Amino acid sequence: MSLGAYPLVSDWITMDGDRLLVHTGKVDIGQRISNALLRIVQEELAVPLSLVEIATVRTGTAPDEGITSGSNSIEQSGRAVASASATLRKYLLDAAMAQHGGDLSEWLLVDGYVERAGTNLRLALTDLARDLPSNLPVDPTLPRHVPESAPAPTMRGITEMVAGRFTYIHDLDLPGMWHARRVSPPHAKATLRDIDQTSFDRMKAKGLHIIRDGSFLAVAGPREWDVVKASTSLGFACSWDMGGGLPETDVFAQFTPDNAQRFPVISGTPQKAPVPDRLPTPDLSARFERPYQMHGALAPSAALAEWTDNRLFLKSHSQGIYPLREAIADSLGLLLEQVEITYVPGSGCYGHNGADDAAFEAALIAMAHPHTPILFKWSREDEHAWEPYAPAMAVQVDATLNNGHITALSAEAFSDTHRGRPRPGPNRAGPAKLLANRFRADALAPYVSPPNMGNHAGMHRNLDPIYDIAETRLVKNLVQGLPHRTSAMRCLGAVTNIFALESTMDEAAHSAGIDPISFRRAHLNDTRTIALLDALERRLSALPPLAEEMGRGIAYAQYKNVMTRVGLAVDLTVTDTAEVKLHRVTLVADAGRVIDPDGLTAQLEGGVMQAASWALCEEVTWDRDGITSRDWDSYPVIRFDNVPIIDTHLLGNTSDPSVGAGEASPGPTVAAIANAIRNCTGLRMQRMPFTADALRRAALEG
Amino acid sequence: MGACHAVNLRLKINGIQHDIRSDPDTPLIYVLRDELKLKGTKLGCGLEQCGACAVLVDGKAVLSCVTPVEVFDGQEITTIEGISETEVGKRVQQAFIAQTAAQCGYCTSGLVVAATALLSKSPKPDEATTKAALTPHLCRCGSHPRVLRAIKEAIAE
Repeated sequence: MSLGAYPLVSDWITMDGDRLLVHTGKVDIGQRISNALLRIVQEELAVPLSLVEIATVRTGTAPDEGITSGSNSIEQSGRAVASASATLRKYLLDAAMAQHGGDLSEWLLVDGYVERAGTNLRLALTDLARDLPSNLPVDPTLPRHVPESAPAPTMRGITEMVAGRFTYIHDLDLPGMWHARRVSPPHAKATLRDIDQTSFDRMKAKGLHIIRDGSFLAVAGPREWDVVKASTSLGFACSWDMGGGLPETDVFAQFTPDNAQRFPVISGTPQKAPVPDRLPTPDLSARFERPYQMHGALAPSAALAEWTDNRLFLKSHSQGIYPLREAIADSLGLLLEQVEITYVPGSGCYGHNGADDAAFEAALIAMAHPHTPILFKWSREDEHAWEPYAPAMAVQVDATLNNGHITALSAEAFSDTHRGRPRPGPNRAGPAKLLANRFRADALAPYVSPPNMGNHAGMHRNLDPIYDIAETRLVKNLVQGLPHRTSAMRCLGAVTNIFALESTMDEAAHSAGIDPISFRRAHLNDTRTIALLDALERRLSALPPLAEEMGRGIAYAQYKNVMTRVGLAVDLTVTDTAEVKLHRVTLVADAGRVIDPDGLTAQLEGGVMQAASWALCEEVTWDRDGITSRDWDSYPVIRFDNVPIIDTHLLGNTSDPSVGAGEASPGPTVAAIANAIRNCTGLRMQRMPFTADALRRAALEG
Repeated sequence: MGACHAVNLRLKINGIQHDIRSDPDTPLIYVLRDELKLKGTKLGCGLEQCGACAVLVDGKAVLSCVTPVEVFDGQEITTIEGISETEVGKRVQQAFIAQTAAQCGYCTSGLVVAATALLSKSPKPDEATTKAALTPHLCRCGSHPRVLRAIKEAIAE
């Protein structure tokens, strides 16, 4: 979509003073896409990084590239910027020749200059670029120009980060600015009945402002700590109608074919067709489950909003400022031109967290107090209790084995939607997906998503095994009406699907009496995957023999079956108190041509750590009175006392296209941890998280 | 609420004496960020559970998001903005840069403060001591292995 909608060089690269300004709709959410884009321009044009900058991502000026998600940025924005740079390169060389003669072989781009070999003729690249016609189309057929070696780019922003000078949205500070906090209902079914008038008056007397729209309630004022305190005391002054409370459903019991909209999945795409029958007599049969889990961003969501002269100016850490603008404009009855959203970084983002909701809520507060910049922040409790969660999920796998080979495999995925982003759509889908619209006086009903029928989308991402198996039966089961609002989190369904499939491969290898790497190789034809597993095997055989108390688990996956390939081994122990301790992760990845090796390694390592946290620690809990996992004690995550050595090796040919990698390692990590626990203890863990309690229960159940 | 119970306090922050008038119950972080505009100290939870808000108080890493400012009256505080003034702090910062020990960076100032406190107290901690000192700190992007490598590098120098 990127080049199709933005076909001109000037859509992607312009001049800003003496620098090249690179335009993108993709945003840095901790994954360093801007580093990779700068690297692409630097390589293509042989220009020092001091002469290139990334433009602020703002509606109206940035290319609309939808949402920064799905590991698509390098393939969409990266490809567009690369082709725009290649076109600019050709333009610069042609311009130099037109001015000074010679032929193409004589002209070179060197360190920010266009030089004619054998002469002292040297033209500044930025001078030549200034005359670039704004209507020059990008030529996507031009060959890429990739130097043999270029200095590794330093991560943008890190010098500021270690000195506390990097500006996050939470740090914005404008003259006359007010701070604001929400007073959240006890849970999603509650509605605000009444506020005690004395508290109301007391707050007004202290210069605080209360904003109410139905059950949406917030407090604002000039001093942040006063606002924080007021939001708590105002909470005590509210009486709520509990609406029957949250349903105390066993969500896993809801995952049955009877409750589901069912679709067979062929080559990664759901079909409107009858679901084939289950395998009659499988040799292996097991169900794998993941509870609701949260993004749990380190910084609670925030936004800055100002309503001035009938225009709404927003700053947000949303992954998709254009879709968000449409949803907010529609919610407030504004024209698109009346709403401007600028991206400002928040903390690391792993999918659809509270950022979009917070931006809309800041807008509601700002419109009640024109001409006042409002810095609105969710509290830790707000983020834990109200962000859209990754849906709980179950995958039933059945397999038939014959002579050490899987001959038939059935995998049925069950979950609620992974698609809750405020994208526009029929029935005011955008507004219906913004949290506050459920609570305003003019409330919208919670959005019910239609089944996602895209290839490797939603819950069926990586449901298709990558292996050569004669007969497969894959089914998507969409179960709706479950207790919590859900949306996209890193990898979507791929985590549970890979957990299920790779646990099954491990179990099948075990019953065939074949080592797990050879077993997988025997089910593969793709030479790149086989080379990757060979490399993993070599790495492992170079390690000292595994200590007796240690277990090792192997897993492999290719994200969406077309993106980055990751094979890894996890070495771990299980303590006397049934705690899993991670020791070493040996990871081999093939992401095609690597643009920023350190950035890619960081993404793969980060994926391992987040997945280890999902596998070992994380679970959203609730009862009738609300979400009970409301902070980092009641929702534990992995900490520094359980960090393995991660040994990462990048394969990948410079001639292979670059593919997305941000979500490639989590799925195999969860599976390899489960397989290592099996290797270490004999226990086959089927439900995340694999806590000490869960291990003890599994041991008792035998 | 408001300034009705405000008291006078004297805080030495990054080597500079500040006379502050504040409600005594205000957690230190709000004074640092909102009154003194030292935005490098990050609020992650307000519950002393995530470590993003760590500052050095008399050389020790202390969480600033709950404890009232009046407790710090007369004490010497170093925030991330002042950490490069210490020899150890500067070394830790350089090692974090060399190892690219951050992704989003929101946990970084707390981690740099914690690492500086650790290495100031014990210049050559073993791996278990390092991990224990960092365990109050969360990182959600998964830069943990890099942070441990950075601290190793800062020790080796």
